[in-house]
Amino acid sequence: MAYAAGVDVGSTQTKAVIINEERQIVSRALIDTGANVVAAAENAYTEALLNSGLEEQQIEYVVGTGYGRYRVTFGNTQVTEISCHGRGAVHMFPNTQTVLDMGGQDTKAIRVNPAGEILDFCMNDKCAAGTGRFLGAAAAALEIPLGELGATALRAQKPVRISTTCTVFAESEVLSWLGKGKAIEDILLGVHQSIASRSIGLLRRVGIEQQLTFTGGVTRNLGMVHVLNESLGLQVNVSEDSHFMGAIGAALFALDFVLGSRVAVRVRESVA
Amino acid sequence: MPGESGRAAEAVNREGAMVSDGQQVDEIIGRGTRDGGRLFREWFDGLTATSEQGGPAAYAFVMGSLAEVLRVFDLPMVFPEIHSLQTAVRRVSHEYLSQAEDYGYSPDVCGYVKADFALQLRQGEHPMGRIPKPTLAVITNACNTYIKWAEIWERMYGTPVFTLDVPGTRAAGTQTWPGQPDFENDRRYVAAQLEELIALCERLTGKQFDIDRLREVMGHTNELIRGWRRVLELNQSAPAVFNAVTDGTVYLGVANAFRGTPEGGRYFSELVEEMELKSSLGIGTLAEEQHRLVFVGVPCYPIFRRFNELFSEWGGVFVGSTYTWFASGGANLGFEYDLARPLESLAEGVLISVRHAMDSMFFQDQALVQMVDAFKVDGVVFHPIKSCRTTSTGQADTRRAFMQATEVPSLFIESDMMDKRVVSEAQLKNRIDAFFEGLNARKLQQPQE
Repeated sequence: MAYAAGVDVGSTQTKAVIINEERQIVSRALIDTGANVVAAAENAYTEALLNSGLEEQQIEYVVGTGYGRYRVTFGNTQVTEISCHGRGAVHMFPNTQTVLDMGGQDTKAIRVNPAGEILDFCMNDKCAAGTGRFLGAAAAALEIPLGELGATALRAQKPVRISTTCTVFAESEVLSWLGKGKAIEDILLGVHQSIASRSIGLLRRVGIEQQLTFTGGVTRNLGMVHVLNESLGLQVNVSEDSHFMGAIGAALFALDFVLGSRVAVRVRESVA
Repeated sequence: MPGESGRAAEAVNREGAMVSDGQQVDEIIGRGTRDGGRLFREWFDGLTATSEQGGPAAYAFVMGSLAEVLRVFDLPMVFPEIHSLQTAVRRVSHEYLSQAEDYGYSPDVCGYVKADFALQLRQGEHPMGRIPKPTLAVITNACNTYIKWAEIWERMYGTPVFTLDVPGTRAAGTQTWPGQPDFENDRRYVAAQLEELIALCERLTGKQFDIDRLREVMGHTNELIRGWRRVLELNQSAPAVFNAVTDGTVYLGVANAFRGTPEGGRYFSELVEEMELKSSLGIGTLAEEQHRLVFVGVPCYPIFRRFNELFSEWGGVFVGSTYTWFASGGANLGFEYDLARPLESLAEGVLISVRHAMDSMFFQDQALVQMVDAFKVDGVVFHPIKSCRTTSTGQADTRRAFMQATEVPSLFIESDMMDKRVVSEAQLKNRIDAFFEGLNARKLQQPQE
């Protein structure tokens, strides 16, 4: 049995996925990226290996992706996370037409063809508004663990309107709503709606389709899934593995090389 | 030496081709870049000498410089857009921008304006020499910032400002042409303004207008424009004979700074010779041309070379650029003056060319679509920049229209032409890499289609 791996070094978290030649996920690993990007890639990969019970030499090809893709020093090549999320999304949800990837520091809207290849994409620029970091700032201001944000927001009765688009200023706006006596749930839902609104703006630029797959770290936030469904008027595709979609896509590209099949994306050999 | 080395020389020997005037192929290839750099330095040296001598100088802009009139009065020409962008190319723009912002200018104001304002505060100090103060400022309505920019000099120095109001295209595809009543009205409107400019120049310089001198200057412009248009056309060759963003910007500098001069005319005649030679020999700008691209907007000067490398590393070459259209004042259209009726023809040329420069920014989608087949375009790169609303507003709409009209992929990336603070190389690279991954995937599919 042949195996391949994908390592997605994101701004906040690093994900590693190992798949077999049947394109089934064998193992996963998720760690915080921290300051040492090289170590984060190595540690995530090592953990995925341990979880798989495989030996390192059994992994025939490794693709690095994410902002730290050139720091996956043991990787054979790199592919951008834009291509990887598209590929992973279509693999997990074959009818996918559009992908919304919401990560720690950026949000991407990606239009794909049935092969998972990129037709168009759009990302936030120079600003973390509309990303997971915006949620993090609100969570810090309200002293609520990230994992409880979504559930708390879903208890809202009358969401406030968050007008700032700046992640830094979001904290002061949240505090001002607290000062006005607004319920935490209402403030949080407002924060979620604000992020969803920014993301939908990106989606509109590439075209919103019925089959929309939601990927990235924020997919674990059920409140965001709910708000997106409400705002878009559809049910986004999301799964337990949506957080790993970049690494899954990278592993699929890696498997292309292993199997010698026609690669969907011609990538360059590793360069620092 | 003939036949010694180099792909070009080998190709000539193999084909037995002769090069005009017995010149060596190696002397011709790359001449445009070499001579362009030399001319550019000479221009700045001349401006430095003018500044030191306290001589007069005319400030003008690339979208309608009216060089033909200003040359008649022997006014050295300063292009504030060019000296501003040169601070970015030479990696000191942040010093100028900071100085202007310390004075009170907003970070959102055009970076060219701020760099020039700081330069004025520094008595013309520039990394390439010293820029003289404006005796006269000539502007058009092709960019609305020009108007507010000139007001700065007016208030600083009392500089007379001449604003040429060029009737632009009212809506996409509705241009009028000579002989049509609306065009003739517009032409008379422009001609009347040019007469006012001539009178102003006579008053400021104490020189009398000489129509034969104007005819001579316009003849030099004709040679330059003929060459400029032909050079742009020659990039239909595969491989591309020049990079429209990097080499093209060098050529563009000469096209503006030497318009109406014998040096400018000769430069472009020689550039045509170089490009025709490269085209005939199949000499491109990249060792392996993979993707032919068109650039839309203004270049990212703070990381000018690196920006291009982000594309060339993937085998991408810019075969065309809308910058070579609007920043040449519409010279790409190829309008040539009728020297038998110079003033009338000047008004006609200014009207048609400046209008075309504006159309190149505002109604560019059809022009881009028309390039696709002729230039064998694989992708279009839209590059709106933070501090230039004039060239950036509408790019998203243009892209959408272009994508509806063709199957050609496009990329939308944002940075700035002056301000390194809003240029994120990592973000640019990520998007550019993903764009090429898509282009490569598409190319792999093509044989199966």
